[in-house]
Amino acid sequence: MSSAQLLSVSGVSKEFPGVKALNNVSFDLNEGEVHAIVGENGAGKSTLMKILSGIYKKDSGDITYKGSSVSIPNPFEAQKLGISIIHQELNLMPHLTVAENIFIGREDRFPGGVFLDNKKLVEAAVALLAELGLALNPNDIVGELTIAKQQMVEIAKAVSYRGSVIIMDEPTSSLTPAETDALFAIIRSLKAAGKGVVYISHRLEELEKITDRITVLRDGEYVQTLKTTETSIPEVISLMVGRKVAQDQRPENRVIGTEIVLRVEGLSDQHLLKDISFDLRKGEILGFAGLMGAGRTELARAIMGADPKTAGTITLHGNEVKIKQPSDAVAVGIGYLSEDRKRFGLLLNQDITFNVILSSIPRFSNKFGFLKVKSAAGIARDAIAQLRVRTPSERQFLKNLSGGNQQKVVIAKWLTRDCEVLIFDEPTRGIDVGAKDEIYRLLTKLAEEGKSIIMISSELPEVLRLSDRIAVMCDGRLTGIIDNKDADQNVIMELATKFSAGLTSVN
Amino acid sequence: MSEALSAAKKAEDGNKVAAFIRREIGRVTALASLVVIFTFFTIMRPVFASWANVSGGILMSTTVIGLMAIGVTFVIITGGIDLSVGTSMALVAVITGKTVMAMHLNVWSGILLGMLVGTILGAINGILITVLKLPPFIATLATMKGAQGLALIISDLKPILFTTDVKGWDSIAQGNIIPNFPNAVLILLVAAVVASIILNKTVLGRYTFAIGSNTEATKLSGVKVNRWLVAIYALCGLFVGLAAVVMTSRLGSAQPDLGLGYELEAIAAVIIGGTSLLGGKGTISGTIIGALIMSVLINGLRILELQQEWQYVVVGAVILLAVYGDNVRRRRAGETTH
Repeated sequence: MSSAQLLSVSGVSKEFPGVKALNNVSFDLNEGEVHAIVGENGAGKSTLMKILSGIYKKDSGDITYKGSSVSIPNPFEAQKLGISIIHQELNLMPHLTVAENIFIGREDRFPGGVFLDNKKLVEAAVALLAELGLALNPNDIVGELTIAKQQMVEIAKAVSYRGSVIIMDEPTSSLTPAETDALFAIIRSLKAAGKGVVYISHRLEELEKITDRITVLRDGEYVQTLKTTETSIPEVISLMVGRKVAQDQRPENRVIGTEIVLRVEGLSDQHLLKDISFDLRKGEILGFAGLMGAGRTELARAIMGADPKTAGTITLHGNEVKIKQPSDAVAVGIGYLSEDRKRFGLLLNQDITFNVILSSIPRFSNKFGFLKVKSAAGIARDAIAQLRVRTPSERQFLKNLSGGNQQKVVIAKWLTRDCEVLIFDEPTRGIDVGAKDEIYRLLTKLAEEGKSIIMISSELPEVLRLSDRIAVMCDGRLTGIIDNKDADQNVIMELATKFSAGLTSVN
Repeated sequence: MSEALSAAKKAEDGNKVAAFIRREIGRVTALASLVVIFTFFTIMRPVFASWANVSGGILMSTTVIGLMAIGVTFVIITGGIDLSVGTSMALVAVITGKTVMAMHLNVWSGILLGMLVGTILGAINGILITVLKLPPFIATLATMKGAQGLALIISDLKPILFTTDVKGWDSIAQGNIIPNFPNAVLILLVAAVVASIILNKTVLGRYTFAIGSNTEATKLSGVKVNRWLVAIYALCGLFVGLAAVVMTSRLGSAQPDLGLGYELEAIAAVIIGGTSLLGGKGTISGTIIGALIMSVLINGLRILELQQEWQYVVVGAVILLAVYGDNVRRRRAGETTH
């Protein structure tokens, strides 16, 4: 395999008002190489990628592509040079077909340039998909595909530019393990074809499988470039956060009482959930593990009354409760923290105070309906201090906080509502390594204070680290509940793939 | 082997039919509603279905709103809105009328002039939206008021009559190239076919859907979104210009105060026809069906001698029903609605 240099970035800086997003960062990429860029949120990965793909302009520094110095003023130029990017938030047109999405902006046209040659377009898509070994129908509407297949469309689109450099920003964040393996196979074939891949991922365990080199950024600064074969994940993490983080922790052996707070019996829904029963004890963290699509979020939503149940009862302290809509669940003290904070958990354009009291407004208003501004601000300040939210004041808007601090505000909202049962859905998604630790400590502390917690997580180390017991789901069924001391990744994966009738996952 | 293949083929065909129905159900229901409404009025008053009423009453009164609605369909598919089409039509009518009368233009030049002025007004909307980055609602609200004022100023508050100097202006809409078939309806038909081809077969049409589906992604794919948006609003204006020409021909004059409120009827036709206000999907045929539903209703209610006030209430209810029905269908299909 040749090792000619494709791309080299040296001394690039970029400043936004008040923030030095990138300071003198260097990076290079060879033919046939997968080069990872890692760093916490805010380390400057995205900024660097946006400069390479022409979305941002660099303030200073040089970019060399195939030996000559280039400027990349806009995405169009980047594509012309041969640099394409697969964005983290999928950038597709959901109403258009697969073929239309892949070739958007470069449609085959009949002579004259006005009319589209759809036949040629579909033929080109068929050829490209076959070349990549992707099982996609070019005429399918993209919005009707699964996330994984949409991801494949993005990849096909990136490859279709026939460039030499492909940037992948968190490509596996919503893929199942099997889908991730399929993606890796594609990446390997791109490598074999001499392309260079810039790979950004929060999932560090993937780096060992797919990358050749790893460059670490921290706070906008270049830290180090490592050969994957000569380093380890703990070393990479310590470079990312600037200190050592223990990876394989387990909860201290806490003593959980026998008092049952929440009991779910025989719960089913129309599509997926089948006859689910479990207990949640006082002061317990019950982890829910399973593959993507196993039904964990659906279960949480069914308990909350956000989606209809077809069967099953929910008992709280021995009394059956009727939950028909989320407000019923909140009224009996069950709070749900969605995996999608920005859509379902927060008002980004409002300040911390407003977000903290959002679920408890009657408590913070007088009988004429006016808000008690002072006591609201007081409770927000208490929450900021207690949960250690990093913010200048309680008046700060949520959109200006980091992911970890936003998550703390959501937690504060439910604590203010005084919920006894808290359901956390992917509590650390999109939160960087350092802040994750804090969220973990917070969850443990809440449990110690007597809250009962259901924690849904797709990261097994996280489940193992926090949960007193672990419930595993597969295909809408509960396939087992195990004590932490009996659990390891193998046991969980076995339960998580226990499809009925011995079938393995087939797409 | 071949049996398995043909079974698979059959299943695939079945899926295709199911997918087709799922995709086209909006238009199918709209068309079915149109037929039901039409049948209802015909049973109540057989005269309703006479060709005189259908062509002279229903189809003729669909032409102006229909032409506007065709233009607005493009804009709404991009996720935008154009509130200015009604008063822009008045402004185009006044400018065209003045110029045609003053310069003694012939019919063809007059038609082209109307379309040109409409296109320019539309392009102005597009420029306000892309260059000044105003939200379409605000930008076109402003041009709506502006056009209303300018139409009154230029006309000096008086209708501009197309005298007999301009030979054949009245036959643009009222003549019959095809016997017994008003030209205005023919124009609407041709415009709809052309618009449908533009929307489905050309680059501009593809980008109309792409922008409405995901503007940011379209931009990042290297498409010059702003330029295309100006072109799309200009195209909308072109149809508004054509509507103005048809309007003046039908009335024999340009009425400076006629047009306000037409924009909402045009938008209603587009929505009833199944085009999503959120952008990304829509059809010209749906829009035409939507416009027909509205004029069939109004015409029928008038023949039933329902008071005008109640006609409004019925039309309001139909809009509610149409959009609610669309929502229910989409929720069933599992699409997210916002």
